[in-house]
Amino acid sequence: MHTAALALGDDALVLSHRLGEWAGHAPVLEEEVALANIALDLLGQARVLLSLVGDEDELAFLREERAFRNAQLVEQPNGDFAHTIVRQLYFSTYQRLLYGRVAAAPPDTGDEAHETDTARETLRGLAAKAVKEVAYHQDHAEQWTLRLGDGTQESHDRMQTACDALWRFTGELFQPLEGVDVDWRELEADWLTSVSAVLDRATLRLPEGPRATGWAAGAGRQGLHTEPFGRMLAEMQHLHRSHPGASW
Amino acid sequence: MTAVTADSQEAYEAAFDAAVAADERIEPRDWMPDAYRATLVRQIAQHAHSEIIGMQPEANWITRAPSLRRKAILMAKVQDEAGHGLYLYSAAETLGVGRDELLDKLHSGRQKYSSIFNYPTLTWADVGAIGWLVDGAAITNQVPLCRCSYGPYARAMVRVCKEESFHQRQGYEALLALSRGTPAQHAMAQDAVDRWWWPSLMMFGPPDDESAHSAQSMAWKIKRHSNDELRQRFVDICVPQAESLGLTLPDPDLRWNEERGHYDFGAIDWAEFREVLKGNGPCNDQRITQRRRAHEEGAWVRDAAAAYAAKHSDRTTGDTSGQTGEATA
Repeated sequence: MHTAALALGDDALVLSHRLGEWAGHAPVLEEEVALANIALDLLGQARVLLSLVGDEDELAFLREERAFRNAQLVEQPNGDFAHTIVRQLYFSTYQRLLYGRVAAAPPDTGDEAHETDTARETLRGLAAKAVKEVAYHQDHAEQWTLRLGDGTQESHDRMQTACDALWRFTGELFQPLEGVDVDWRELEADWLTSVSAVLDRATLRLPEGPRATGWAAGAGRQGLHTEPFGRMLAEMQHLHRSHPGASW
Repeated sequence: MTAVTADSQEAYEAAFDAAVAADERIEPRDWMPDAYRATLVRQIAQHAHSEIIGMQPEANWITRAPSLRRKAILMAKVQDEAGHGLYLYSAAETLGVGRDELLDKLHSGRQKYSSIFNYPTLTWADVGAIGWLVDGAAITNQVPLCRCSYGPYARAMVRVCKEESFHQRQGYEALLALSRGTPAQHAMAQDAVDRWWWPSLMMFGPPDDESAHSAQSMAWKIKRHSNDELRQRFVDICVPQAESLGLTLPDPDLRWNEERGHYDFGAIDWAEFREVLKGNGPCNDQRITQRRRAHEEGAWVRDAAAAYAAKHSDRTTGDTSGQTGEATA
């Protein structure tokens, strides 16, 4: 259970941080509000999930790069607005499908330890609450995918570039997480159907399968990350680490 | 177009003056003097711009916030500021100007924003000091605007002030945590207050005898109190708060004046204020450059949204009315 809470908590923490980098830089004022709103939702999810594992601040600020369990997709730099939107589309579709399943799972009646049951119930409670948030995130990403994909030639090209660039980070999302009893293959198939449909409506081409061609990235869940991640953590953790034991 | 005759002009003016005198609200469709309209556009636009530029010094610390709780509070605050900008641009638009036009004036330096946001946020404690002092000064300025004679502005202020009071309390609480924390944290808090105190007092504008717009704005009930009155009110509120924070204010002349029933305080460096207003403050270039860059780099996104809307409204118009070609804008 800790494995899953840590992985999903790190996903939310890291993506929230990336979205926070947009503050003051968004293309329109409405997107300042929307991106901050999504970042806040994700940070809220991260805090619940990390608290299942231990102290949220110790986990966020005192772990080194190799101990983070987020998928590599969420640590990818913001790039242009198209890259940010595609990262949101890929990830929020995954989150909505996953949390929808976790929230709908029958209560645990197994013979595991009492603490584990509590953790599982907390995860289910979180999923039930978060599924409403992530449905909104997915809608936001879809609406922008349509506008940018089917907008101007420039926006179309930027979107296609972003779809292709981030595609190879998507396979990792479907590696089964210990403690989350969902059918991961079915989840992946549903994800592919949903993303394909949106890209199709947006006049975009579904990238070549990450698992079929090229180098499919993805060992974030094992603590192996991409180079930009270390720099992101350095910025995130610097102040906290500079004042050991201080409270804020 | 109907010509306004001299007689009807006088009648309109009389009706406007009577409405202002009776503390009635002026609404967008009401007649108003051109100069009243122009003053409001200038003031509301400057207020909106301040919210937008004001996101930058605080957003500077979002990625470095020292705990997840503080990070969430700061993100929510910066989000609120964008929202306040949106309310205020909407209020300005009721006076017949467009948001694009106002943003263009901000980007080209033809309209201003609050001088305070030209100061840098150098430590985490600056985020707390901004909440306590800068938001505190803003609230002192804005609460009377909730009774401003122009309805849309007054209503925007009611919503803005509620959220600002919340931010101000959070800023105070963040500073308190630092003040009661380790010696290094306490020193950080004191340093931030030392740097933000005087610029916060400058937020109330020039002294009354040098304030160009004050008399007319007060006559129109856009403004309810003079710059110096509000500044004094702010000082009187802050001194006991600083004491309970366990921090000092950087003014050797600050002391209680029994006779006046107010705190006396030292002279403000108006030369510095004028330099910042002229564009020579520490961050003027940086702030406007970032704002322009965000706007320019976002142009393709806005173009895409417009192109998409045009394509799809064509389609909808065609489907529902059977007309072809001409789309309604």
